Amino acid sequence: MKPRLVFSYLLLILIALACFYPAIWTVLSSFREGNSLFSDTFIPKKWTLEHYHDLFVVRSDRAIPYATWYLNTLKVATASMVLGTLLQLLTAYAFSRFRFKGRKTLMTFVLILGMFPGFLSIMAIFVILNTLNLLDTHWALILVYSAGAALFMFVAKGFFDTIPRSLEEAARIDGASHMTIFTRIILPLSRPIITYISLTTFAGAWVDFIFARSILRTPDQWTLAVGLWNIIDAYNSTEFTLFAAGCVLVAIPITILFMYTQRFLVDGLTAGASKG
Amino acid sequence: MKRHAAVAGWLSALCMGLGQWYNRQYAKGALFLLIHAAGIYLMTTTLIPHLKGLVTLGDKGQHLEKVGKVFKNVPGDHSVFMMIYGVLAALLLIFYVFLYVRNIRDAIQVGRRREQGRDPQSLGNSLFPWMLLAFPIIGVLFFTIMPIVFTSLIAFTNYASPNHIPPKNLVDWVGLATFDKLFNLNVWSNTFGGVLTWTVIWAITATLTCYFGGILVALLINQQGIKFKGLWRMLFIVPYAIPQFVSLLILRNMLNEKFGPINQYFRVFGLEGLPWLNDPFWAKVSVIVVNMWLGIPVTMVLVMGILTTIPKDLYEAAEVDGASSWMKFRNITMPFVLFSTAPILITQFAGNINNFNVIFLLTGGNPATMAYNNAGETDLLVTWLYKLTLDFNQYNIAAAVSILIFLFIATLSILVYTRTRSFREEDMIQ
Repeated sequence: MKPRLVFSYLLLILIALACFYPAIWTVLSSFREGNSLFSDTFIPKKWTLEHYHDLFVVRSDRAIPYATWYLNTLKVATASMVLGTLLQLLTAYAFSRFRFKGRKTLMTFVLILGMFPGFLSIMAIFVILNTLNLLDTHWALILVYSAGAALFMFVAKGFFDTIPRSLEEAARIDGASHMTIFTRIILPLSRPIITYISLTTFAGAWVDFIFARSILRTPDQWTLAVGLWNIIDAYNSTEFTLFAAGCVLVAIPITILFMYTQRFLVDGLTAGASKG
Repeated sequence: MKRHAAVAGWLSALCMGLGQWYNRQYAKGALFLLIHAAGIYLMTTTLIPHLKGLVTLGDKGQHLEKVGKVFKNVPGDHSVFMMIYGVLAALLLIFYVFLYVRNIRDAIQVGRRREQGRDPQSLGNSLFPWMLLAFPIIGVLFFTIMPIVFTSLIAFTNYASPNHIPPKNLVDWVGLATFDKLFNLNVWSNTFGGVLTWTVIWAITATLTCYFGGILVALLINQQGIKFKGLWRMLFIVPYAIPQFVSLLILRNMLNEKFGPINQYFRVFGLEGLPWLNDPFWAKVSVIVVNMWLGIPVTMVLVMGILTTIPKDLYEAAEVDGASSWMKFRNITMPFVLFSTAPILITQFAGNINNFNVIFLLTGGNPATMAYNNAGETDLLVTWLYKLTLDFNQYNIAAAVSILIFLFIATLSILVYTRTRSFREEDMIQ
């Protein structure tokens, strides 16, 4: 083999190690006995499942209601997914299929607002929810996640644009209404894009930290992101193995979802380059 | 010829819906008339008082009042409530005016169609898309536009702890005083200047390291003779697949000065180890390296996609002309990749300015410093404004910072927008 190739392979292996090391180390830590961050050996001397069990047991000496956090996150993410996907599909469908007055203006508006980073207005959202006494509720969080979904409709619009119009025209001749066309023809044909949107909104709500931490105030309302952050912040790494187990359980569903959506990845990433 | 357009237009200007009735569109006319009635009712009963409240922000705070023989604490005006309702009232008013204008224009257009002897369009067809858009628009209005408006307003008030927090005290309009403080009052301007400088340095370094790192890794995999290209790509994407907050919290522990495994390995080689997150300089290095770990996979995936789109005949032609592999790389691959990823580079730069997660979850903005007001050495503008809001209740300063970031990001976004435009048009030529 040429020296250039040998060197390249070495580099590739090194990068792969760097990519995997944190994940492997966390998984191993979650099976290690004791609770400290420090360990003499990379591979645990004694293996245990205790930490996974511990996560779901309520103990009086510490406030780590992991099961509640998991359910909260599941609830918030699912509700945001349903609501957000619905809003996004409606918007995309309206812009893709109808030519109405003000369409172009509205679309430019959507494009520009979509580039506005939502959490820049976190101060306002916090103050408004605080004044109206809506802080610490899951509904507030769900609305914050899903209400702006319409602004990211360009991928879906691009997809709707590719569905041939002749299908609708045929249905219209047969007397189908707008609503029938949408539910009977467009939606069944759009399964891939619906899957993509739902999965990304779900994952987005699942991993969000910024809004969750500012809106949810009591430990029983927290989502996993806030809870796990708090374990590290408040316990200062003294419950590290427990935290590691918690991380593994959070990461598994998202990583699986990610592998499933991988084929959409490049489309999603480059969507910014061909919007409009 | 009858002048339907003018008559209908004037009638509609006089009162919503009259022009539509004149045009014999009774249902539409009734709808507009209803909106008109609701509008006038709302305006006289609630909108005007709320708009007044928006202007005054209340004139009496919580105060003592003599009730009978004892003094009691009486709740006063709640300035923030008044502001929220005032903004809502203003939005409603704008919407009403918008409908009014639409109503006049509609009457004129239908009138014109009648002059030309055509049938007026039916209502249903033009209304359906708006029905679809109603909920999305309401959502965006309340959770995107209203917060933006509200932020811009707060920046011009003195809403901040400890002296101006309702319901105890009133909040007042102070004009540009907040911005003046941010730029000219030492306590704030030092922090602002320092945090801004680091934000810019961070955004540039973070973007460039990830960008070129990603390109290098993609090219490394794509070399001739490397086997299992798909497998390598899959492996390297792992950091991107794990939820970001999880990786960041884990890396924070790995970089722990006393117990973290990284320093442990240093010790194996007899070295002291480094204060990764506790020293101002090393903390900055750490966040940039960790950001590379997170960001390189994204660029890598993108660049690998682009590499497959480079036409093979370009390389073949170059080979015929006797180009070396370095020349092919410099004159074909690099220009192609740079050109296609340019807009993404700008987007990533804008994203890094607001890269909240990496900083907040990894260092929390620390190490703390005495030189800054409510900020640490690695705080970006966004994490600083987050702390100002949630921990220190300095709402007006936070709002002013948001506005400044927004102006900056908006300029960049417009740049991206026009660039993508030009790209599309270029494609059309090809």
